[in-house]
Amino acid sequence: MSEVIKEFGAVSAEEMSINMGPQHPSTHGVLRLKIQTDGEIISKIEPVIGYLHRCFEKHCENLTYEQIIPFTDRCDYIAAMHMNHAYVLGVEKLMEIEIPERVEYIRVIVGELQRIASHLLALGTFGLDLGAITPFTWMFRDRERILDLFESLCGARLLYNYIWVGGISHDLPKDFIKRTKEFVDYFEPQIDEYNGLLTENKIFIERTADVGVIPPEVAINFGLTGPQLRGSGVNWDLRKNEPYSVYDKFDFDVAVGDGRMGTVGDCWDRYYVKVIEMWESIKILRQALANIPDGDVKEGIPKKIRPAAGEVYSRFESARGEVGYYIMSNGKPKPFRVKMRSPAFCNLSIISEIGEGWMISDVVAILGSLDIVLGEIDR
Amino acid sequence: MNSIVNQFISAFSASDIPGGYFTLFATIVIISGLAVFGVMAVTALVAVYFERKVSAFMQDRIGPMEVGIFGFKGGKKFWGGIGQTIADALKLLTKEDIIPRLADRKLMMLAPFIIFGGAFITFVGVPFSEGIVISDFNIGLFYIMAASSIGVIGVILAGWSSNNKWSLYGGMRSAAQIISYEIPIALSLILVVIVVGSLRMTDIVVWQADHRWFIFHSPFAFLAFFIYFISAVAETNRTPFDIPEAESELVAGWMTEYSGFRWAVFFLSEYANMLIVSIVASVVFLGGWLSPFQMFDFGLFPESWMLLDGPIWGLFWIVVKAMILIFVMMWFRWTFPRLRVDQLMTVCWKYLIPFALANVILVSIWELIF
Repeated sequence: MSEVIKEFGAVSAEEMSINMGPQHPSTHGVLRLKIQTDGEIISKIEPVIGYLHRCFEKHCENLTYEQIIPFTDRCDYIAAMHMNHAYVLGVEKLMEIEIPERVEYIRVIVGELQRIASHLLALGTFGLDLGAITPFTWMFRDRERILDLFESLCGARLLYNYIWVGGISHDLPKDFIKRTKEFVDYFEPQIDEYNGLLTENKIFIERTADVGVIPPEVAINFGLTGPQLRGSGVNWDLRKNEPYSVYDKFDFDVAVGDGRMGTVGDCWDRYYVKVIEMWESIKILRQALANIPDGDVKEGIPKKIRPAAGEVYSRFESARGEVGYYIMSNGKPKPFRVKMRSPAFCNLSIISEIGEGWMISDVVAILGSLDIVLGEIDR
Repeated sequence: MNSIVNQFISAFSASDIPGGYFTLFATIVIISGLAVFGVMAVTALVAVYFERKVSAFMQDRIGPMEVGIFGFKGGKKFWGGIGQTIADALKLLTKEDIIPRLADRKLMMLAPFIIFGGAFITFVGVPFSEGIVISDFNIGLFYIMAASSIGVIGVILAGWSSNNKWSLYGGMRSAAQIISYEIPIALSLILVVIVVGSLRMTDIVVWQADHRWFIFHSPFAFLAFFIYFISAVAETNRTPFDIPEAESELVAGWMTEYSGFRWAVFFLSEYANMLIVSIVASVVFLGGWLSPFQMFDFGLFPESWMLLDGPIWGLFWIVVKAMILIFVMMWFRWTFPRLRVDQLMTVCWKYLIPFALANVILVSIWELIF
């Protein structure tokens, strides 16, 4: 591939600059990519963000701790449960609250369901970027079932405001565990169907293998996290390495890219890591559903949330990578400062490093494999 | 030879009617033109509905379900939404026709009609059944190949005149793609001409009636059919070869700036081209208007089944064969991802063309031996 590009480069004439976005079908939101192209080959690529900026961090300084939770939903709206949990984790650490075991189990269950839903969307739209439309609708069909489960849980399908400081907003409905078990049994064979339709398709492999390779050291230098880092062969998962909640009680493996179809760290690896993670999530879900203890889910919720002066940094493994919340309290009901580390922001930053020298079609594939959510990048 | 034009000429002698040759010429052109336009419009209406339903069933959806017509009400029946394409066509025709200020106005207005014209004149040589063809040339196959390549000029014009970078990319990709895939198409059709010894469509079908369907002529002809079909899918810009209009990369490729009626003309031409390549494939390789029962006449079927022949049954068989091929194209579209530009060229130049060339040589040797 690279020799071909060099040959083309030798006869280059004039470069064309072109804006991909902010209104473009495959920028996954309002992202703008400033691209310099030489024919089809890209010589420079620069992401421009901020179209969706809504001052989340500044807002937080004027809201009480519990009022911030609905705002966290709107950061990564594809995985809102993870955002709730990540923020709540920080406040709980600051206040040193004991969480009832049942609450932790429920948080793990909804978290893993959310991870599956988020990965389904990521994989589906990745297929869509490469021109495969049917996998997208199949994956949305199954994502819909997870959203139905969440709807029965808290009434909302996208922005849940479900995980509260010290607890959760509602206990599980009566038949939730039964329905989730049914879903898990239904869903596991579906992954094989996706693999047959998309993952093992020759054209799909041709389009993704050896494309957009991120070497492990580059990935670490750019601060990549989550499936994007693991796709480069780095075994790093906060659920294993720094277990929060009750993740240390479950038996699961960390999915790592192995370069099965090409080089370690190519688009296919980043794609397949997410597929494996869905299997691992199912494993965790089965264990959690079998062992969930009884108890009152609201007993841990404090009457008044006013952490003592201090600061805390909490880390959480969301579907897109490490979500960090740096919360600074001055002892008042409103935080002095909240800073959110956005995983998709760091993941996107690598595109100008690895995007050069590829074709326009490949940049679409690379962007799709990075699985960005603009709501979280712009905050 | 039996064709619509010939029948006209033999029915009316030029000296009998007022205006002489001019009237005769005008009548033939108008009637043939209306017939072709009718075929194109009906194809688009039926094929769009068919495609929506096919894609819906493949994707676990139900497709259009509301708009009824001719007393068929919409609803959860198989034919629900049968009027949807007519409603869509009306919507397209009443939409605003936008031409960007900095676009090359004349060329942009002209481009859709070049594409449409390419598909339109190709139908002159496309047979629908025994005798149901506008004109049965002695160079029919060559004419169809030549006329169907005219459309690429319109695509390049559309891409260039829109003054949009995405359109330009689409136009350039399309030019490279369509011109490259002409070659394997021509090479696999030449193989038929070598065996039959004629470019006339009727002669090709008559040969198949005397011998066997061309796809079963030899292993090479079998391979040639698949080379032809893959190239035809590329020629009509359909997935997995739809890179000129790759909607996730180039927004809508060379059609980006088009809207309303002009866009509808593109749409019409796309489905007309699908019909053309499918009919050519069925005439050349799949026995055209011959009944499939004749092909497998080992005494298994009752004698009366052999009578499913003649122009009317021929029309039925050719439409069935073409619809099966169109269904396969739709099947491709809703299953495969899209190739990249260089991979598309690799498929053509490194695999299809060498195989097609080898095929031509090998089938000539085959003809010498057998």
